[in-house]
Amino acid sequence: MLSINDLHSQIDDKKILNGLSLEVNKGEVHAIMGPNGSGKSTLANVLAGRDGYDVTGGSVTYEGQDLLEMSPEERAWAGIFLAFQYPVEIPGVNNIYLLKAGVNAIRKSRGETELDAVEFLALVREKIKLVKMKEDFMSRGVNEGFSGGEKKRNEIFQMAVLEPKLAILDETDSGLDIDALKIVADGVNHLRNEERSIVLVTHYQRLLNYIVPDFVHVLANGRIIKSGGSELALQLEEQGYEQVMREAEAA
Amino acid sequence: MTQAAIDHYLAEHKRLSNNSAGWIEKQRLSALESLGRQGFPSTRHEAWKYTDVRSLLKQNFISVDTDDSTVGAEQMQTIRFPDLDCYELVFVNGHFNSALSSLPASGEAINVSSISTAGDDVRAKIEQYLNQYASTDKHGFAALNTAFLNDGTFIHAADNAQIDKPLHLVFISNKQNSSFIAHPRNLIILGSNARATVIESYIGLDNAEYCTNTVTEIITSEGAHLEHYKLQQESDLAYHIGYLHAHCHKDSRLDSHSISLGGLLVRNDIDTVLAGRGAHVGLNGLYIAGNNQHIDNHTRVDHNMPNTSSDETYRGVLDGKARAVFNGKVVVHKDAQQIDAQQSNANLLMSDDAEIDTKPELEIYADDVKCTHGATIGQLDENMLFYLRSRAIDETTARSLLTFAFADEVIKRISFAPIRERLEHRVVGRLPDASLISEFLQ
Ligand SMILES: Nc1ncnc2c1ncn2[C@@H]1O[C@H](COP(=O)(O)OP(=O)(O)OP(=O)(O)O)[C@@H](O)[C@H]1O
Ligand SMILES: [Mg+2]
Repeated sequence: MLSINDLHSQIDDKKILNGLSLEVNKGEVHAIMGPNGSGKSTLANVLAGRDGYDVTGGSVTYEGQDLLEMSPEERAWAGIFLAFQYPVEIPGVNNIYLLKAGVNAIRKSRGETELDAVEFLALVREKIKLVKMKEDFMSRGVNEGFSGGEKKRNEIFQMAVLEPKLAILDETDSGLDIDALKIVADGVNHLRNEERSIVLVTHYQRLLNYIVPDFVHVLANGRIIKSGGSELALQLEEQGYEQVMREAEAA
Repeated sequence: MTQAAIDHYLAEHKRLSNNSAGWIEKQRLSALESLGRQGFPSTRHEAWKYTDVRSLLKQNFISVDTDDSTVGAEQMQTIRFPDLDCYELVFVNGHFNSALSSLPASGEAINVSSISTAGDDVRAKIEQYLNQYASTDKHGFAALNTAFLNDGTFIHAADNAQIDKPLHLVFISNKQNSSFIAHPRNLIILGSNARATVIESYIGLDNAEYCTNTVTEIITSEGAHLEHYKLQQESDLAYHIGYLHAHCHKDSRLDSHSISLGGLLVRNDIDTVLAGRGAHVGLNGLYIAGNNQHIDNHTRVDHNMPNTSSDETYRGVLDGKARAVFNGKVVVHKDAQQIDAQQSNANLLMSDDAEIDTKPELEIYADDVKCTHGATIGQLDENMLFYLRSRAIDETTARSLLTFAFADEVIKRISFAPIRERLEHRVVGRLPDASLISEFLQ
C-alpha cells in the first residue's frame, strides 16, 4: 500500500529526514515512536503533501502511484488522511459543510454519486457517536474555540466520516484525558479492518495498550533505526531511546 | 484642474436653476458659495493624500434632468433582495421613480418621502434638518451635493415610533447618452426611542459611466436606534463619493454597515458624533476590490461626551491592481471620560500588485479612556489552506472559502438574519470562484 524508500527531506537547508524507509501493507497498524524533533511530524506532513519540504532523495509509492507527485487534495481523494498534531482553527468555515464538501469531493473523484443532505446527516449522526461528541460542535467553525482534547476528537471524527484507506495519526493521544484517550482509541479500533492501514505517531506506550500495533518503529535523526513488534514499545518505555540509539550507531 | 471643474458645475447649476425646486434655494446657493471657496480636494489635502479625484473632475459630468429613465422588471429583480419584506424607494439616475417604489403610509408617527415629491409640511422639516449638524465645508463634494440637491429621501420617525419593516433606498444608474452625475441626499431623523432599519443600495447597470455623489445625514435622538446599511455596487466605470454624517444623542445607538464592492474610484466618509452620554456607534465595513479599483474609506468618531463607546471593524480583500485606503480617526474630547473605543482593520492581499494604505488615528484629550486599535495586512493562511486540502477540498475552493470566511467576519456582525443572509450572497457573488463555495452558505 505505502512504500517509503530511502527518503531524504529538508526544510530550507536543514536536513530532517535522512534515508527513511518504511513498508506499510493493507490492514496493518504501525506505531512510530521517537524523540522530540526526530522528524515524525515531518514524515506525516511529507506524506500528506504539505508545502515547504524539499524532497532531496528517495521515493514514496502509494498504491502503485508516485505519491510525491500528487497535490494534498489528490492524496485525500486517493484515501490518505492525516490527523494533525496541532489541528488548526478556521473561523468562519463550518465544520459540517467542510466535511460534506470533503466526502463529496472524494466520492466525485471515484465516480460515485454525491451524498445529499439527508444521507450525509445520517452518516454524521452515526459517526459522531464513535467519538462521543455533541452534535452542536458540528455547527461551529472548524475547531473554533475547541479545547485541545476536543480538537483531537474532531480529527478522529473526521477520519471516521472520510473513511480513508491510509490514516496517519500524529500524536492524536497527546493532551487527552484518560476517558478521551479511551474514546479516541475505541474510535480508531472501530475503524481498523483488513483494508485500512494506520500509522500512529505517539510518545506513549499507554495508547498502544488500547490500539495494539502490528509493528513498532523507532524514528531518530530522520531515520527508522529499529523496528519490532508491539513488545518494542514496552522495551522503550523501560529503557528510553538512549540504548536503541547507541545500538544503531554501533551497527 | 479644480477651477475648471468648479466653473463647469457653476454653469451646470445655472442651466438647471430654471427648473429647480425653488424652495431650498437659499441652502443650495450657500453651498455653491462654499464650493467656490474651498474647491475640490486634491492629494495635497492630508485626508485625500491617496485618492486622486482629477480623473473624476475631468469628466464634466452633467445631471440627468428628466426622470423618464426607468429600469426593466427583470433588472429590478436582480437588484431587489429576494423576498425581503421591506419598503422600497427607488431612484433611477438621480430621480425618484414612484412606480417602482413602495412606501409606508406616512402620518404623525412615521414620515417617509422622496425629497422631490415632498409636500409643504415635509419641505419645512427638510429645511429645518438639512445641514443641522453636517456641513457643506466637509469637502467640495459635500458642498456640490447640497448645491444640486433635488432628490433623495426624507425619513422621520417621531418619539417612540418604530418603522415596522426595513426601508430599502435603491439608487440605480444605467446607461445614458452622456456620462452623468447624481447627488442623492438622505435625511434620517429618529425621535426619542424611535427605531428604524435603513438600507442604501447603490447599483450600476449596463457598465454605465457616471458619478454618484451622495450625502446622508442621520440624527438619533435620546434612546433611538438606527441600523444603517450601505451596499455599494456601482458599475466598473463609476465614481462614487459618499458622505455620511451621524449625530447621536444620549443613549442612542447607530449600527453602520458599509459594504463596498463596485466602482472604479470610491470614497466613503463616515463622521459620527457621539453627542450624549451613553451613545454608541458600531462601524462595520467590508471592501472587496480587484482590477484597477480604488476604494477609500475614511471614518471619524468624535467622543464628545463621557460614557460613549465605539466599535469599529473594517476588512478588505484586494486583488489585481486594486488599491484601498483605510483611515479611522477616533477623537476623544476633553472631559469625555470613561470612553471605550475599539478599532480594527484587516486586509487580505490576493496579488502582488494590490495595495493598501491603512492608518488608525487616535486623538485623546481625556485620561479615563480605553482605546484599542490594530491594523493587519496579510495573505491567506498557509496552515488553514493545507488543512482544508488535506480534507479533500481542492485548492481553488479552499482559497475561495478562506477568502469568504475572512470577509464574512464583517457580515457575521449583522444581527438581522434576513439582511445578513442576503448581503452574504452579494459578497460571495463578488468573490472569485463563488460557485464552488455555495454549498458552505446554507
Ligand atoms: N518549518 C520548519 N522550519 C525549520 N525547522 C523545522 C520546521 N519544521 C520542523 N523543523 C525542524 O525539524 C525537526 C523535526 O521536526 P518534527 O516536527 O518533524 O519533529 P517530531 O519528531 O514530530 O517532534 P515532536 O515529537 O516534538 O512532535 C525539528 O528539529 C524541527 O525544529
Ligand atoms: Mg511532531
